[in-house]
Amino acid sequence: MSTRPSVIRQTIVTPIILIVALLIMAALTYQFGSRAFNRTAVEMFINIMVVVGLYVFVGNSGLLSFGHISFMCLGAYMTAWLAIPPVMKSITLKGLPAWLLHTQLPMWVATPISGVFAALFALIIGRVIMRLSGIAASIATFGLLGVVNNVYSNWDSVTGGQGSIVGIPPTMNVWIGWLGAAVAIVIAYLYSISRSGLALRATRDEAVAASASGIDIVRERLIAFVVSAFIIGLAGALYAHFLSIVNPGAFYLRTTFVTLSMLVVGGMYSLSGAVSGVVVMSVLIELFRNLEKGISLGGHTVALPNGVQEIAIGIITIVILMYLPMGLTRNQEFSWRGWPLQRRLARPVQTALKELN
Amino acid sequence: MTEILQIVFDALSLGSLYALGALGIALIFGVMRLVNFAHGDFIAFCVFAMLWPSVDAAAIVFAGQLPFYLLIPLLLLIGAVLSVLSEIVVFRRFRNTNPATMMIASFALGFVIRHLLLMLYSSRPKSITLWPSLGLPVEFLGAHIPMLQILTIIITLVVLVVLVLFLKRTRYGLEMRAAAENFTMARMLGVRANGVILLAFAISGMLAAAIGLILATNSGTADIGMGANVMLIAFIATVIGGLGSIPGAVAAGFLIGGASVVFQATLPHDARVFRDAFVYGAVIVVLLVRPQGLFAPKSSKQRV
Repeated sequence: MSTRPSVIRQTIVTPIILIVALLIMAALTYQFGSRAFNRTAVEMFINIMVVVGLYVFVGNSGLLSFGHISFMCLGAYMTAWLAIPPVMKSITLKGLPAWLLHTQLPMWVATPISGVFAALFALIIGRVIMRLSGIAASIATFGLLGVVNNVYSNWDSVTGGQGSIVGIPPTMNVWIGWLGAAVAIVIAYLYSISRSGLALRATRDEAVAASASGIDIVRERLIAFVVSAFIIGLAGALYAHFLSIVNPGAFYLRTTFVTLSMLVVGGMYSLSGAVSGVVVMSVLIELFRNLEKGISLGGHTVALPNGVQEIAIGIITIVILMYLPMGLTRNQEFSWRGWPLQRRLARPVQTALKELN
Repeated sequence: MTEILQIVFDALSLGSLYALGALGIALIFGVMRLVNFAHGDFIAFCVFAMLWPSVDAAAIVFAGQLPFYLLIPLLLLIGAVLSVLSEIVVFRRFRNTNPATMMIASFALGFVIRHLLLMLYSSRPKSITLWPSLGLPVEFLGAHIPMLQILTIIITLVVLVVLVLFLKRTRYGLEMRAAAENFTMARMLGVRANGVILLAFAISGMLAAAIGLILATNSGTADIGMGANVMLIAFIATVIGGLGSIPGAVAAGFLIGGASVVFQATLPHDARVFRDAFVYGAVIVVLLVRPQGLFAPKSSKQRV
């Protein structure tokens, strides 16, 4: 008999709660949602994958990264190269090597390959960038984003340049979106309870003490970087299948900041925060989108003027951060202990993030 | 020879723009560790303020037609007021939060300003005719240099000299430098936190207005996204220069401006579209060689 329960026993509830909650959302959307609403839900699931991927690196290492959307770009374009029918590819993407030009892979194969491609790229570039610390590393990831965007926007024969590549089979639906989000959550959870995840969080909280205890900061950061790149590469692949077109403008500053905002609003140091940030922001965006379209109140249609949506979202973000600077979840994980009988525990809730010792 | 002179002037004028931007960001970062991502939108706001209250595509109704001796102070005032207001309304409440939260808040503020402008003026670029005579080239040692380039460089130099005098010779400048070096220590020695921070925001807003003026004169258009690019480079310049170091930010601004002009001129034709990739790549290389920045202040080193 061990004197304390295992890490998994104590923390497994968090990913289960998250995945089940998302499953309920997916089922409700599938049952009752319109076509447009289904697309919104799929978009939300893809955003969850991206933000959970960001959390794996940002949340565990404490370093802000502006470069992760470039992995989404890599994944999406890899999927485009693999999944577009050869007939179309030979017209639009003449510069591809012959073996790539003549293959067409189904979604189930193309998606993991895209994730691995992004992860490999992260492994190579991460060996360089992860040597830096603090804000220098953040800016270097910014540089990474700039380089990838510039190359993909201008390498016309391989990426179609600034324009869009069309013809990726649109095979996404809510269930695949949910599955993707669930996979992302499981990977993120397994990483954060792994030896490397624990070590990385130790470096986040007390870098000097951690390295004095023999933790190789560069190595642990690199592992997290690669894992998060894999998740975001998968998200990029699903995004390509969702829109069936890709263009480099979709993977640049706007997406970077929107996803970072979602992470920070939810609580950047917790997995539950990553997921709930996306869900809350998506609900708000959808709400205001509908208000802009107009709602009928007793015969009158009341509509907000166009553009109010973004302004309101911005203001709400600021207000949330003003009152909850640690995010909506205050960096805590959802857990089931004692709930609903004892909501407030005498001692702090053990989370996947708080060191278990 | 004339070609080289041309490149030198291009580099200096682009570098001036980035240096002014980097200065605006470094001043605020120095006093409150905030990376102000709304700075680009401050620039755009100042440009669009010239159009106000007209929202037509070509018309300039109000401010744009003022004589320059009124327009320039007015615009500087608008920039300063906007910046100070954003401190009082938003950033004041974020003083003790972690940098990531502050940064996202500033980004959200920029988002709000940008979409406010979009709502008022729509996304189509507007034409602004400001001092068209400045676009005319001037002959200088055989090279044709647009007047505006020379003026940009001169303005930047004047701003730098004034700012250096302000920082080195006045009491407020001294307080601001002390605050940038070590804010807690400065407060304990009697520097008023609110005063210094407001002053930094006001100066930063004026710098944003100056960049807006130069950009608008240069391109003849008002475009929502026009500040964003300068802001990005300025942000990178602040880090490369060494966070918290004001001269470092200026030097790095000039360095990046120079690097992108030199890359543009020397890269082979096919690789020219990838200029930005080379610039960003160079940024990463500089960081690898000197992670703390080129001119990091001594206080930035973490002591164990």
